[in-house]
Amino acid sequence: MYANPNSIINPSLWPNGPAPGCFFNFPGANVTSTSSSSGIITRTQSPVTTGTSILGLVFDGGVMLAGDMLGSYGSMAKFRSIERTIKVNNSTVLGATGDIADFQHLKAIIEQKVIDEDCADDGFTLKPKALHTWLTRVLYNRRSKFDPLWNTFLVAGIEDGEPYLGCVDKIGTAFSDSKIATGYGAHIALPLMREGLEKKPQMTQEEARALLINCLRVLFYRDCRALNKHQIATITKEGVTIENNIELDTNWEVANFVIGYE
Amino acid sequence: MSSIGTGYDLSASQFSPDGRVFQVEYAQKAVENSGTAVALRGKDGVVFAVEKLVTSKLYEAGANRRIFNIDTHIGMAVAGLLADSRQIVETARTEASNYRAEYGGNIPVKYLADRVAMYKHAYTLYSAVRPFGCSVALGSYDEIDGPQLFMVDPSGVSFGYLGCAMGKARQAAKTEMEKLKLKDMTCMELLKEAAKIIYVVHDEVKDKHFELELGWVGAVTQGRHQKVPQDVYAEVERYAKSALEDDSDSGNDDM
Repeated sequence: MYANPNSIINPSLWPNGPAPGCFFNFPGANVTSTSSSSGIITRTQSPVTTGTSILGLVFDGGVMLAGDMLGSYGSMAKFRSIERTIKVNNSTVLGATGDIADFQHLKAIIEQKVIDEDCADDGFTLKPKALHTWLTRVLYNRRSKFDPLWNTFLVAGIEDGEPYLGCVDKIGTAFSDSKIATGYGAHIALPLMREGLEKKPQMTQEEARALLINCLRVLFYRDCRALNKHQIATITKEGVTIENNIELDTNWEVANFVIGYE
Repeated sequence: MSSIGTGYDLSASQFSPDGRVFQVEYAQKAVENSGTAVALRGKDGVVFAVEKLVTSKLYEAGANRRIFNIDTHIGMAVAGLLADSRQIVETARTEASNYRAEYGGNIPVKYLADRVAMYKHAYTLYSAVRPFGCSVALGSYDEIDGPQLFMVDPSGVSFGYLGCAMGKARQAAKTEMEKLKLKDMTCMELLKEAAKIIYVVHDEVKDKHFELELGWVGAVTQGRHQKVPQDVYAEVERYAKSALEDDSDSGNDDM
């Protein structure tokens, strides 16, 4: 039998030889330099291991951040003691929602920044507003390369004696407010925080903490990516304290009334 | 000097017939012209004391510091040309930063001293460069390794020390150090003795005015290198000055 009739009608010029313009054809060398066969460079377009909401609340004389310690792999509760709220220095903390790896990458850079400030020993330190602005620049820059860092950050701290709370998302949108919640918390917890602040605009530290704990509990009930193991960071003029592994008492009695529970 | 006029002292890349590299020796001379710096290693920390000569009254107080933070846990005292020293400080900071990026932890001061030594040594090998006219002392403290102290000279050689001195009066300072039981001393005691040494070896005739600079790293500072707090500085300086007066009083009695 004859081979493919096409090859007879239209024989290739030099079968198994090098491509036009190429002198050699090494085995395995014909891999294109771009990452996809279409020649289009692709980048990460979704997060992998993620953290859920972070809550931030300003009170009289300070500011608090709160969130759980879960690193979710899709819907799987994979890493159960991830620190998503970190102390930057004695006046600033940073909390992250979204891709944990991106956060940890930035964390290393920020830690080196703080060490550089320490080394300079000129009496200046990284303040919350400065960190917020810097993060905005970094995140906006990355999104402008169509390669965003997949996070929403809350920056909390004390600057010139005043509490400061700021938010930046993965496309570089930044704002500052007295109460911020990221992720699912923006839908579930933020209305509760607004309600609390409407009733009492100038909260004490204890009241703020109680409100945040209530929000964390509601989030644990309703957010499938939440875990009952929390971090609460408090920043006052005295400095930064971060409490880890806080477990809240919960009540699931109502579950028995759900049809098909058990 | 034997080297002058022989033609073997113009390049760092050429030996003299008796096996010396004069450019390196000149760099060491540059260190000998600078104000004295001492570093002492005790049982729970390392302290640095520097005699910073102030050559003009027009300088701001505290300008041109000679004790630096390299990383949170490492301090460096320098002697010699200050501009050269700052280049070494910058290199050391970059090395510490690289180590952290690579291994995720603090660089052991032994490795940092090695890397700084390698860097300085590279500048003793080529005709197109001159060696660094500075010596540096590196100190740190942690729970596992305890206090550690290293000194790197212009030739790029580094040693570990219990106590080291650089600059003008380093011989006198070393003699003073040998009188101390360094291994048993706390940071506070070391600081007082280091300050006293600086005051004792200071040459009132040649150099009128100087500032005492003090830095420490040890258990008292939770392993972080810092310049000493003002109250401690005042206490230490008072001790050093009164000890000096006592010494000179007894010296007068003898005469």
